[in-house]
Amino acid sequence: MRFIGFFFDLLEPLFKFAQKWLGIERLGWFFVGPNLLVFGVFTFLPIVINVIYAVTGGVQLIPFDRPYTGAENFQILFECRNYFDIQSCRKDVFWRAIFNTAKFSVIQVALMVFFSLVTALVLNRKIIGRGFWRGVFFYPVLLSPVVVALVWKWLLQSQGVFNALLVGAGQTPIEWLTNSQWAFFWTIFVSIWAHMGFYTLILLAGLQAIPKDLYEAALMDKASPLRTLWRITLPLLMPNLIVVLVLAMIRAVQVFDEVFVLTGGGPGSATTFIVQFIYQTGFAEQIHLYGLAAAASLTLALGLIALTLVQLKLTRANDVGQKTR
Amino acid sequence: MKHTAFHVSALPLALFVTMGLSTTVSNAHAGEVRVMCYQDGIECDVTAEIARKFESLNPATKIVIDTVPYKTIVEQLPVQLAAGQGPDIARVTDLGGLSKYYLDISSGLKDRKYWDSNFGATASWLAPTPGDKGVYGFMSQLTMTGPYVNKTLFEQAKVALPGSKATWDEWAAAANKVAKATQTKAAMAWDRSGHRFAGPAISNGAAIFDAQGELTIDAGYKNTVNKFVAWHKDGTMLKEVWAGSGGSTYADSIGEFINGNVVMVLSGSWQINRLQKDVGTKFDWSAVPNPCGASACSGIPGGAAWVALKTSKSPKETAAFLDFMATEANYSEFASRTSNIPAHAGLAKKGINYASAQPGAKAALGTFSAGVASLSPTAYKFQGYKYNRAIMLPTVARVTQALVGEISSDEALNKINADMHDAVKQAQK
Repeated sequence: MRFIGFFFDLLEPLFKFAQKWLGIERLGWFFVGPNLLVFGVFTFLPIVINVIYAVTGGVQLIPFDRPYTGAENFQILFECRNYFDIQSCRKDVFWRAIFNTAKFSVIQVALMVFFSLVTALVLNRKIIGRGFWRGVFFYPVLLSPVVVALVWKWLLQSQGVFNALLVGAGQTPIEWLTNSQWAFFWTIFVSIWAHMGFYTLILLAGLQAIPKDLYEAALMDKASPLRTLWRITLPLLMPNLIVVLVLAMIRAVQVFDEVFVLTGGGPGSATTFIVQFIYQTGFAEQIHLYGLAAAASLTLALGLIALTLVQLKLTRANDVGQKTR
Repeated sequence: MKHTAFHVSALPLALFVTMGLSTTVSNAHAGEVRVMCYQDGIECDVTAEIARKFESLNPATKIVIDTVPYKTIVEQLPVQLAAGQGPDIARVTDLGGLSKYYLDISSGLKDRKYWDSNFGATASWLAPTPGDKGVYGFMSQLTMTGPYVNKTLFEQAKVALPGSKATWDEWAAAANKVAKATQTKAAMAWDRSGHRFAGPAISNGAAIFDAQGELTIDAGYKNTVNKFVAWHKDGTMLKEVWAGSGGSTYADSIGEFINGNVVMVLSGSWQINRLQKDVGTKFDWSAVPNPCGASACSGIPGGAAWVALKTSKSPKETAAFLDFMATEANYSEFASRTSNIPAHAGLAKKGINYASAQPGAKAALGTFSAGVASLSPTAYKFQGYKYNRAIMLPTVARVTQALVGEISSDEALNKINADMHDAVKQAQK
């Protein structure tokens, strides 16, 4: 504490000078200035650069060397003869990536929330080795997504552990990663396996914050466990559930690393998601279409802003609901 | 949560920052030459030994060999160069595509005539514009795409190897017989690469270029796509190589060959060293001439080149080191130890003593060298075409979609055509 006091004593002349020079009303800018600078350079400037790329064409990396093309990149992305037939779109893989991302988000988030909730409810009970089980479920969260994907790839590849077991049991091997349906299933499974622990932890914290006397009252009223869950646990856990839902949804829309290592987006484009489309268009192809990639990333950003607004609205509605209760 | 929404938008700046940092870390000091190298076998290791010799003769210069995966050369080096960053020298395979970043080292060479007489035949592959007389580096090796077969499996199945003029269909039939008799997973696999695909396509009559010299998808190309997709559907081709990835990501098939999962692979001469090292005495393998189609029996020529880059901070030392590597003694050592076909005219005439090569590797080198004579002129033109990736990459992505049943072969061909024209249009802007 003495050190902090000494530190502020040293800064006092600087603050006094700033106050005198800027005036008391503008002194706030002095304090938020450094933060704004970092925010501007690392958040707003990239957005501006991204917009510049999106409205320019060619394969040059330096923005000043790129010819202005207006909305051409967006036109290329959204050009379809028939919007109900992906195949008729000029950049059909973009639409496939959007469709895959939407499908993945809906299924993965629903399953993620469900399994996280069930796991949290189980781990909240007095079971043998509760600490150990909490550790077991949280452990995958600590692993790098690349490690997670590589481990599962070794298990699932054509000559991997799973097929070795099947062959050992006299069964025919399964194309876990080269069959479109199986590949999509495993992207969802691996993603849930890797991240469920994090969401379980959030829900567990929410469960532990619910006052015990409510459950005691329900017990005295002879409420069934299901009714207790429906009438006490879930309503009081709702703020945490909303946080989990929104975080899981944003994470699902941004899915890339695990899937890229696990399936490479294949077979075909069965597990190509929007971020991978952006990466491949802008960086992995040898004719780098930065403009197209930037246009797709702006489209994704708009989608994520929409999701964030929904989250804000839900959170506010929930706050209002709690206050009125 | 707003910051999350802008995560992807931050990609370009993140890239700049990353490149900036990597440059700060890897910036060459005066007298330091950084060489970005990838290896199929031991190319970078041999280069590092040659570099030590150079350093002992030039104590003021330090050569740093950065061994990177091939993917880095293909995906990251072009971005670095476009941003004005990069090493002094790199080992590249996109010879024409990166040519605008090459540094002319002709003024730093001891004997220009030596270069012209020994590397003159391939110098135009590195030239940024037709007729350019600069020296930008030299081909470290010539390569040719072509197939390898597992001779042991053929012997076990008592199936004779098809002759040197056999067609792809005849090879597929023979390999299928062998696969069935020996319970091998599949008859064939081709590298997941549009470059590899182009060889059979040209053999089947694909002209690749129209009368105006623009890329085109014709009946020969269509025929090859249809055949390739059909071979996947009937199990002749191993599905894992092409269906195991999305987009146009490169995947080699040699691993499946080494593991005994296929009877025949279409890869290239650069894999000889790996086969020699990894197969050892597990089975007998051999390189066979490129199977024929209606028009030719062609593979695709190519190779890797050591090139000086404009991003060099030590151009004098860079030129001196390339000059040293290109000397007959050093080039011979490199070709001999890495079991590569020389692009050095003098050495090609004299012949390389592949002292460390096993008999199988020596025979394979002979097969590939002999195959140069049957290369189609279209194959040379295709290799030297600046935008050849505009057809190669969509071929990989779209054909994969067709063979996993996402789209039909006809739709795949239409999409290849559209993607190809889009890419060329953008690249020409």
